[in-house]
Amino acid sequence: MAGLSTRHLLGIKDLNRADIELIFETADTFKSVLNRPIKKVPSLRDVTIANIFFENSTRTRLSFELAEKRLSADVINFAASSSSVSKGETLIDTVNNILAMKVDMVVMRHPYAGAGIFLSKHVKAQIVNAGDGAHEHPTQALLDAFSIREKYGDVAGKKVVIVGDILHSRVALSNILCLKQLGAEVMVCGPTTLIPKYIGSLGVKVEHNLIKALNWCDVANMLRIQLERQDIKYFPSLREYTMLFGLNKTILDSLDKEITVMHPGPINRGVEITSDVADSKQSIILDQVENGVAVRMAVLYLLAGQTPTI
Amino acid sequence: MQNLTLLDGQKFQITIQRLCRQLIENHNDFSNTVLIGIQPRGIYLAKRVAEELRKILPDKTILQGDLDITFYRDDFRRRESQLLPNQTKIDFIIEGKKVIMMDDVLWTGRTIRAAMDALQAFGRPEKVELLALVDRRYSRHIPVSADYVGIEVDSIASQKVVVSWKDTDGEDKIVLVSE
Repeated sequence: MAGLSTRHLLGIKDLNRADIELIFETADTFKSVLNRPIKKVPSLRDVTIANIFFENSTRTRLSFELAEKRLSADVINFAASSSSVSKGETLIDTVNNILAMKVDMVVMRHPYAGAGIFLSKHVKAQIVNAGDGAHEHPTQALLDAFSIREKYGDVAGKKVVIVGDILHSRVALSNILCLKQLGAEVMVCGPTTLIPKYIGSLGVKVEHNLIKALNWCDVANMLRIQLERQDIKYFPSLREYTMLFGLNKTILDSLDKEITVMHPGPINRGVEITSDVADSKQSIILDQVENGVAVRMAVLYLLAGQTPTI
Repeated sequence: MQNLTLLDGQKFQITIQRLCRQLIENHNDFSNTVLIGIQPRGIYLAKRVAEELRKILPDKTILQGDLDITFYRDDFRRRESQLLPNQTKIDFIIEGKKVIMMDDVLWTGRTIRAAMDALQAFGRPEKVELLALVDRRYSRHIPVSADYVGIEVDSIASQKVVVSWKDTDGEDKIVLVSE
């Protein structure tokens, strides 16, 4: 049977529609595994995976680690802050040293766009991109689309608005590519300064009025303002941003239809969404986290299954 | 390619009914017994057996589920093609139950080993038995034998045994295919 068309998962850009559907179907079976009394399967028992994080992460790292452990892989964790990277070691040297300890796959997060692609050209292991700078975060986009599919049965034809810091967001780019590939309509919404100038070339609508955007959509994916990536001021104040682009219960209740609210986390409560929205029944934020483990299991399983060991 | 039909039509049906009678002999009213078909092809056997049992024992509940063993196979990463999973559907507790696993063809026995591993994720059964519609004798890679057998076949490794079903394939038939 046909597997994925790619040896690494570097970005949604490399995946075709059949790949994404295969990942979803595989994730369905892993989701049922995760609901059993014994949540572990032995598939990857002879696979060693290194989680290399050059940037902070809670959800993604824990989610990958759990996915790996549920598949019975051996796992090593590496955080750049407590490593020899601070002594001046290069990325390739660091990774090759880890691979010399017989590691089969690398899950990497890096602050620079393209770090995963660069690495995949220079090392033997299979690479899974867990976020590279403002470029891509493929597993997040997959779990977001998987959660929409779970909620509505299908992604095709659904209207999704991505609100917030589109300029600095890898989640936004990966989401746009994934949702478009699956036939959804996508709109981005945010301050002019945080929307890239040529974003329209990706086939998305642009809207600067939150209410209009929300009235159009079925699903709103509210992104966090990434202050750590902003070297200049893109808007006058956080308070002003919240007033214009923050989602609160009053706005949510004033809409004609019941939309679904998503957030990739971490949430800045009171900035992009208020607590009562984040905890409302329209929010599927925690379903996204739950689905993240199943989707990552599917990605790791499908990638690992490509390479015969013997 | 040569095809030799081993069993079809009424004889096929008689074999299924005989297996049902043998099961009733050991499991009485099925109050503590469940049927599990192994994906992908064993589920048709389990469905058929369950259907026949319900005809014979109309006032009893016959529980039947599908078990996928893909994640428990021992040839993951040892073959060129990707192993893709099927659905597991077991809507009941197997803890303390007598489980009858069913597969259409018993050949190397490796599927059954994987199935026994897979079954453990659903609890500790009181007893596990195996029913195979076709037993390809003298070809086991591991020490596994079936408790109930439809027909026994002597075949060589290059041959294939293909079971088709009335409901899904249009005809009840067991065929030995030689290259």
